[in-house]
Amino acid sequence: MAHHANPTGFKRWLLTTNHKEIGSMYLLFSLAMFFVGGFMAMVIRAELMYPGLQLVQPDFFNQMTTTHGLIMVFGAVMPSFVGLANWMIPLMIGAPDMALPRLNNWSFWLLPVAFGILIFAIIKSFLGLGAAPNFGWTFYAPLSTSYGPPSTDFFILSVHIMGISSIMGAVNVIVTIINMRAPGMTMMKMPLFVWTWLITAFLLIAVIPVLAGAVTMMLFDRHFGTSFFDAAGGGDPVMFQHIFWFFGHPEVYIMILPAFGIISTIIPTFARKPLFGYASMVYATASIAFLSFIVWAHHMFTVGLPLQGNLFFMYMTMLISVPTGVKVFNWIATMWRGAMTFEVPMLFSIAFVVLFTIGGLSGLMLAITPADQQYHDTYFVVAHFHYVLVTGAIFSVYAAAYYWLPKWTGNMFHTGLAKFHFWASLISVNVLFFPMHFVGLGSMPRRIPDYPLQFADMNFWISIGGFAFGLSQIIFLVVLYKCVKGGEKATSEVWENPEGLEWTIPSPAPLHTFEVPPTVK
Amino acid sequence: MAAQTEPGKTPLYYVPAQSVWPIYTAIALLIIAIGGANFIQQSTDKVANEGTLGGATFAVGLFALLVCMWGWFRETVVESLGGKNSTQLSISYRMGMGWFIFSEVMFFAAFFGALFYTRLLTIPWLGGAGNNAMTHELLWPQFQAFWPLTLTPDGRTFEVMSPWGLPAINTLLLVTSGVFLTIAHHAIKVGDNAKVLKNLAIAIILGFIFMGVQAYEYHHAYVEMGLTLNSGIYGSLFFLLTGFHGLHVTIGAIMLTVMWVRTAKGHFTPENHFAFEAAAWYWHFVDVVWIFLFFVVYWL
Repeated sequence: MAHHANPTGFKRWLLTTNHKEIGSMYLLFSLAMFFVGGFMAMVIRAELMYPGLQLVQPDFFNQMTTTHGLIMVFGAVMPSFVGLANWMIPLMIGAPDMALPRLNNWSFWLLPVAFGILIFAIIKSFLGLGAAPNFGWTFYAPLSTSYGPPSTDFFILSVHIMGISSIMGAVNVIVTIINMRAPGMTMMKMPLFVWTWLITAFLLIAVIPVLAGAVTMMLFDRHFGTSFFDAAGGGDPVMFQHIFWFFGHPEVYIMILPAFGIISTIIPTFARKPLFGYASMVYATASIAFLSFIVWAHHMFTVGLPLQGNLFFMYMTMLISVPTGVKVFNWIATMWRGAMTFEVPMLFSIAFVVLFTIGGLSGLMLAITPADQQYHDTYFVVAHFHYVLVTGAIFSVYAAAYYWLPKWTGNMFHTGLAKFHFWASLISVNVLFFPMHFVGLGSMPRRIPDYPLQFADMNFWISIGGFAFGLSQIIFLVVLYKCVKGGEKATSEVWENPEGLEWTIPSPAPLHTFEVPPTVK
Repeated sequence: MAAQTEPGKTPLYYVPAQSVWPIYTAIALLIIAIGGANFIQQSTDKVANEGTLGGATFAVGLFALLVCMWGWFRETVVESLGGKNSTQLSISYRMGMGWFIFSEVMFFAAFFGALFYTRLLTIPWLGGAGNNAMTHELLWPQFQAFWPLTLTPDGRTFEVMSPWGLPAINTLLLVTSGVFLTIAHHAIKVGDNAKVLKNLAIAIILGFIFMGVQAYEYHHAYVEMGLTLNSGIYGSLFFLLTGFHGLHVTIGAIMLTVMWVRTAKGHFTPENHFAFEAAAWYWHFVDVVWIFLFFVVYWL
């Protein structure tokens, strides 16, 4: 069949419709955002290293926590999973590309637009030209409506653009998975990464529009005299929180379900056993997705909901631990009596299982309404969601990157450096986040640039862990650079007997694959 | 319809070559966002951004977006007419449109959710229901909880829109328009283009009349009833829901108009008319949203 010549130069990247090139752009973009958001975390930790104010003004500190959260959630974690989906889903299901390739390119290029607007606000703030968003990544009304700085309007439109990007990306993923599978690839034969992404994409299409609705109402309250979140006109600021968390809770599963898929792919390879309980993994993922729609108010136990409301959301939240427990059990059962080896992707995966479970258990503690009323808005919450997002989502992305890098680049990475990256990250991340549980239980509030003296020692060590974790990530850049430049040539299988269609094509994967669909037995 | 392939061979899925339109569209949205935010700030005098041409930038962005849509859709139409759309690709397009409409449903769900939350919880609570007696006593003790809320807690008052005037006529207009569209849809499936053109034209005209009536209703609300965006939560929800619906009717009517032109040019065959079907689905979606609106915003 006729092939258009592969263009070169920057136009190749600007105009591409190829899922591998778009996947690479997503991954590199998310890596860049990871460092930008990480730099903000370093500012936060530098300020909190000692009690008292030394480095930044409180308002700038607020801008740092806000934009750190927004950039990490929407700019680092989500695009990294979309990048993996772009690269791997067509390869895993034997499709020639994503179903709607031009839309795919659009979804990507909207992200630099959206984050350009957001980062521009921070640069302006740094130059003293007006505050960046400073109301926390959850942008609760009235902080973001009556009291939001002028940059809030740019932030609102930036969120709209991110939303378009996510929805279009998710539509593409769903259509690809449902319509583009190779003959014989039945739903229950799909790799779990594909399954978890199918469900994630559904969640995205269901809740990102709700976020768009929330920021739209914000814009109207700010400028057009409406009273959605203003009790004087019959509205309710708590309604903002309901709408936000109706989006926000499925959103946190959007950031972890693909990770479950990655771990479920990697552990069987290095345990040399098929995944234990494939079907139960699928059902557990679907159950988590379903439950994610009816637990949102557990973020709001202190706003004065009716007792029945608090009870309902508490029980529903605790129910989530059942399907999650099924997953953790299945991963451990897969490793049980396996012929295990500990290559770098496996190290990250095992760390994921252990550390994500810690995050899950602290989540269970937070689910208990009366206990949460003590933990609410303390560093305990910060510890909880960093365990699930950093040692959960980010570690799974590293596991995936190390697992598939040889397939992408055709070269093996430098194992010694990669192991150094793993151990440095593993140790520093725990020095960073584990003590946060204790300062949180001691009731140190989050998002505050200063603290009482009794938290000083812990915060010093948390900051040391933070800087060490930040520096450790630079090792990854070195590994990545070396791997792209050269190294030992990878075979098409890369690992020992891995499962999946992606290992039947050469390494590096040619630009176009599966133009004629393979047949799956 | 589909690219004819030799018997016994699976047609290959068409992966388009590089395209300039996605990145141009992204840049158009960038211009719209920057211009739009400046424009809103300048025109509502919340912030004085002297020296930035918000309105003009916004207009340039909108124009760029229209050009991009023209170019992008043109590219796909040329492909379709060039026989590059396999059955599998047309299934992708249909699924894509279906999921897009689902995302729109969820966008409206947020606003309907706000309406239900306000009516079922916020208003009674402000009036002291449940465990909110002290809230009521301390904030606005004179506040009376009822719906539609024509007197806000801080004392703004206005009239509400009755369902049995223009809104009922509008319901009739949109539903009738949907019926004519369905007749046109059946006609396209049997290749009767003359019948498609006639019925589609009626559907489009009814849509435009709907928009005219809606504009008149807004004018009436602002000038004679004192019902504005500033009219507390009732006015906020009323204009947000009907306004976004009206925006979608406008988009849908433009889509249908384009379909009329394309039908006249003979683009559609009984087998290959995805664009028509997508526009029709969108129109029916807008129809259904209106029926919900009529019941819960105007009537109940």
